[in-house]
Formats: sequence, structure tokens, C-alpha cells
Amino acid sequence: MRALIVAGVLLLALLILLAPWPALPTAGREREIVVRARQYAFAPGVVRVNRGDRVTLILEAEDVTHGLRLDGYDVDLVAIPGQRARTSFVVDRPGKFQMRCSKVCGTLHPFMLGELVVEPHGAFWRAAAVALLAAVGTVLFVVLGQRTPAGEQAE
Amino acid sequence: MTGRPRPSSEAGAIRWELTGWPILGWLLRQRALNWVLMGGALLGLLLAVVAGIVGTAAGSANFGIVFVWIVWWGLLMGVLLPLGGRLWCLVCPIPAPGEWLQRKALVAPPLHGIEPAPDAAQAPVETGRRTGLDSGRRWPKALRSIWLQNAGFLGTALFSTIILTRPSVTGWVLFAFLAGAAGLALVFERRAFCRYVCPVGGFIGLYSLVSPLELRVRDAGVCQEHRTKDCYLGNADGYGCPWMERPWSMERNAYCGLCGECLRTCPKDNVSLNLRLPGHDLLVVEGWRLDEAYKAFIMLACAGIYPLVFLGPWGWPRDWSNLASVPGFVLYALAFLGCNLLLVPGLQLAIAALTRQAAGWRELPLRRVFVALAYPLVPLGLAAWIAFTVSFVFANLSYALPVLSDPFGWGWDLFGTRQLFWQPWLTGLVPALHTAALVGGLVLAIWTAAGILRRFGDGAAMLRGLAVQSVALLGQAVFFLWLYLGAT
Repeated sequence: MRALIVAGVLLLALLILLAPWPALPTAGREREIVVRARQYAFAPGVVRVNRGDRVTLILEAEDVTHGLRLDGYDVDLVAIPGQRARTSFVVDRPGKFQMRCSKVCGTLHPFMLGELVVEPHGAFWRAAAVALLAAVGTVLFVVLGQRTPAGEQAE
Repeated sequence: MTGRPRPSSEAGAIRWELTGWPILGWLLRQRALNWVLMGGALLGLLLAVVAGIVGTAAGSANFGIVFVWIVWWGLLMGVLLPLGGRLWCLVCPIPAPGEWLQRKALVAPPLHGIEPAPDAAQAPVETGRRTGLDSGRRWPKALRSIWLQNAGFLGTALFSTIILTRPSVTGWVLFAFLAGAAGLALVFERRAFCRYVCPVGGFIGLYSLVSPLELRVRDAGVCQEHRTKDCYLGNADGYGCPWMERPWSMERNAYCGLCGECLRTCPKDNVSLNLRLPGHDLLVVEGWRLDEAYKAFIMLACAGIYPLVFLGPWGWPRDWSNLASVPGFVLYALAFLGCNLLLVPGLQLAIAALTRQAAGWRELPLRRVFVALAYPLVPLGLAAWIAFTVSFVFANLSYALPVLSDPFGWGWDLFGTRQLFWQPWLTGLVPALHTAALVGGLVLAIWTAAGILRRFGDGAAMLRGLAVQSVALLGQAVFFLWLYLGAT
């Protein structure tokens, strides 16, 4: 019975992680987003777009030279103060992607981060559902162990 | 049934003896093993200290920052600690100079054996042997806990934004660790620094309780019969336990540095290195202590604060923790310390009280339940630290390649890798690793909670307590998942 619980939890977890995320189809829009960079943050820190949008990203450096490298996309901009850098791309992958400063800009440079959130972004809800499932499964596993006669209880 | 917690039982525990594998058994018994590992690591540490102090101020181009806070930290939290517990303590170079001075030897065992104390089995000789330069003084009784390590970690963590990003500060902090360990080795017996002072050793010890690796005696009965206690006192084959542990009664990894001295000194060949199920030590009732409980709270709190400060999209926590302004830092310090010392312990106290209430165990002292129920937070906390570590290690590991060729940032190109550019690695894999680590930590945490609650009682009462614990642990795991995967 306990083996069945383990197998069931693993199977359901896989299903939760791999099932397509429900989302209403949206037409891609043109988005122009200006990101200002200063030691050690981007403003806005979080950029939200929808899958299918064509994003024009403009980077402005306010103090020293900064870069913007986007995880998951082939985007790497460098801006020196007073000049803008720009690029356009279609966001075709949903999720949360880190924007990282790619030019050494000071002591906290490796921690100069921002986020591009491409909706529908379901990673957290999927993970939370898997955590709930794992918690319930573990408790059930313990309960079944508790009900077996003393001495047979696995620990 | 309720009452005093039942002692843990070794019966039925699954173990695979690694020292039964001849090559590994032989290797671990070699005296030169520790010297080679610690000596090699000491060279790396000295390079980190020198590079930190005299090298470039740009952290991402300095060996001290890159190899300590990215390479070493990633290896420690991602591999060594979860799989090997205190395995790093076998390699750690910080106590090496002090220990070598203390023993007046690099590799050689003591020149002579020790006369067995007639009552060694009941009350083994407490002081270390004075074969070297140490005064053989015992560590003060009032400080025989990990409270000092808790305070040291909290102090270091409060200033971590400064320490982790300024090469010169990293260099001086590492030097202070080396000097402190050497100084204490000359005053006190054995490895007092590692056991009672090292802020890193404190949390490694706590998290080693989760590890599947253990060093234990094979048969406690053999030790009962054996009166000379060579493992504690030493003999011509090796030194008495540098960690002041008594292997014959050791049930937990927390204070065993895996140095292997007892493997060498045991004349009965009664010590083995084993693999076992992870988390076994968390259920050892005799080990539950308030100082360790607070260590679990501090580590959990820091694992929640660090992603907000270092990995979040906001600049102000970084500015405040980076001493950009004094009022900002004061606010940060108050929030940081309040979270560590009041908020998280207060929350855990409330959860412990609810658990006791739900189980109907009103006669059990709340303090006892509070301390015991800190231990399910150990696997969860370790999982949260692994999640934090993978977030920045994969993104920044590529700094290591140019730094290898140019450790001081002076324009050298020793191995032809200086021109390699920074490039985040495997960042697409990181969300899956976050989920795997935190869900795995949650499962082990609930499993541990069940084991602990069983020590207090059985049946429906235990299950009611487990329900409260599971909801609380699930809530904390989901909070960490939100930190990493949620849209902030």
C-alpha cells in the first residue's frame, strides 16, 4: 500500500509539472519598455509581458556603464551613461527570467538583478501543488505505518 | 501514551559500510591523507587571503571572492554538506596551522602511547595529551555549546553583503579565522576552534545530521569491554579525537569532523564509515538542545532573507545591507536580527504550542516540544540553502575560469583562460532544482516531524500533532518556493 502511495504521488507530480498550463489565447502586442540601470538595480525591477508580445527593450544607464543580459533569451545590451541601447524580440517562452547586469559595475555587480515575467507564468503554482501533494503523500505514508501492528512499523 | 521522550533505537537502521571496501578503508587509515587534503586546501586559502588583501578590488575578478564565495560555497552547500555532512571539515585548512603547531608534527603520530587510565571506561581522561605546543587547557565549561557559533554566524551574516563583495574584507576575515584557530589551538586542547567557535562549523554540524554519511563504532559492546579508549586518548597510531568526541557513545554526526583518527587508533578495528538513510540523527532524543534549535531558526531565517537581499529585483535591501547609508543599515540590522532572534523563533514557538495542544500532550513541557520540533526545520533549512546556492552559483561560476589565470586581477594569463567571458550556466535548470530541493526537504521535514512526535506518543494524538506540523512545514516550503518561482 505504501509503495502504491509513493508511485501515485510521483505520477501525479509528473502530471502537474508537465501538463499544459491553461491560458486564454492572446494576440501578441508591441511593447516598448525602458529599463533604467543604476548601481545595483534595474527600474522597473520587474517587467511583465504576455507570451507572443514583441518587446522592444531599451536600456539606459544612469551612473556607470551597465549591461542587461536576459536568461533564456539571446539578449545582451550594454549602455554607457547618456546613451541608450535597444533590442527587439518576441517573447515566446512563458516563465520568470532573470535580467542580469553583464558589465562589472561595482562591488555588488553580481547581485544586480531584475525579472522579466512572461505570462502565463505557472511555475510557482505547479511547484506549490507538487509540495502539497508530497506533504499529503508523506502524511498518508506515515499514517499507514502507524496502523501496522507494533514491531512492523518502519522508521 | 505520553511522557518523557523515548530514547532512539538503532535497531532496524539500514547501513552500508564503506570502510568494508578495501581501497577506501586503506585510504582512510593513511595518516598522510589529512595532511595532503588540508595542505592542498591551505595553499588555496592562503592564495585567497593574499589575493583578497592585495589583489583587485573588483570581486568578480578576484580569486578570494570567486573561489571562496562561489566555487567553495557551491561545492559545500550543493554537494559536500548534503551528501557528506562534515566531509568539508576533513579538508578544511583553517585549523591546520594551529593543529600542526599544537602537535609539533605535520603527519607523524604521537611518539609514544598513553598509559590507559584505570577507570577509562567510566570516566575517560579529560585533558588532551601535551605532545606539542598547546597548554592542554580544557575549553571553559560554560562555553561548551554552539551559542558562540550562533553569535558568530549571526554577526558574519549581518555583514555578509560587505564580506561577500569586498575582496579585502574577505581576505582579512579569512586571515582572522586562521589566526583565531591557531591562537586557540595554542591555548586550548584539540580543536576547540572547530568545535566551539567556527561559525561555519556550527551550521555544517547541524546540517550534517541530515547527511547519509556517518562514522560510528561497529559494536558498542566491544568498546564497553575495551578500557584504554585509544580513540579518545590516542596511541602510537594516531591522536585522540581532535573533536573531543567519544566515538563509543557517538550517535550523531553533529560534532564528528570525519578526520578518521579513531579509524587509525582503534586497536579493535571497531570503527567504520557508513552510508545510511538521510536524517537518521535528527531523531536522536539525547541530542536535542536549545542552542542547536536556535541554529536551525537562524539558518532558516537567513535562508529567507538572503534571496530578498541578493536575488530580488529591488535595490533598496541591497543598498541598506551594503551600508550605503547608516539609517538604512540600522533598519536592515534591526529587521535582520528581529527576524532571526524573535520572528522565526516566535513563529516556531506558536507552532510547537499548537502541535502540543492538538495532540493533547499538555503535561509535556512546552520548552521540550519547542526544542524537539526545531529539528524538522533542519532538512527544510538545508533545502532552502541549496535553493539559494544554485540560484547564484550557476549564474556566476564562469567567473572562475578567467580568475584561475589571473587570481589577483593584475592582467596575468597563466592558463590562457583570462579572456573567457562571464556567461551564466544552466540557468534554465535552476527552477527545476529549486522545486526538487524544496519538495525533497519538505518530505524529509514531515518524515522527521513524524519520527519526533512518535517519541512523545502514539496513535491519534501523534497524528493530530503531525497534521499541525505538516501544515506549518508545507506553509514554510511554499514560502520558499514563492521566493524563487513566484512572480514578485
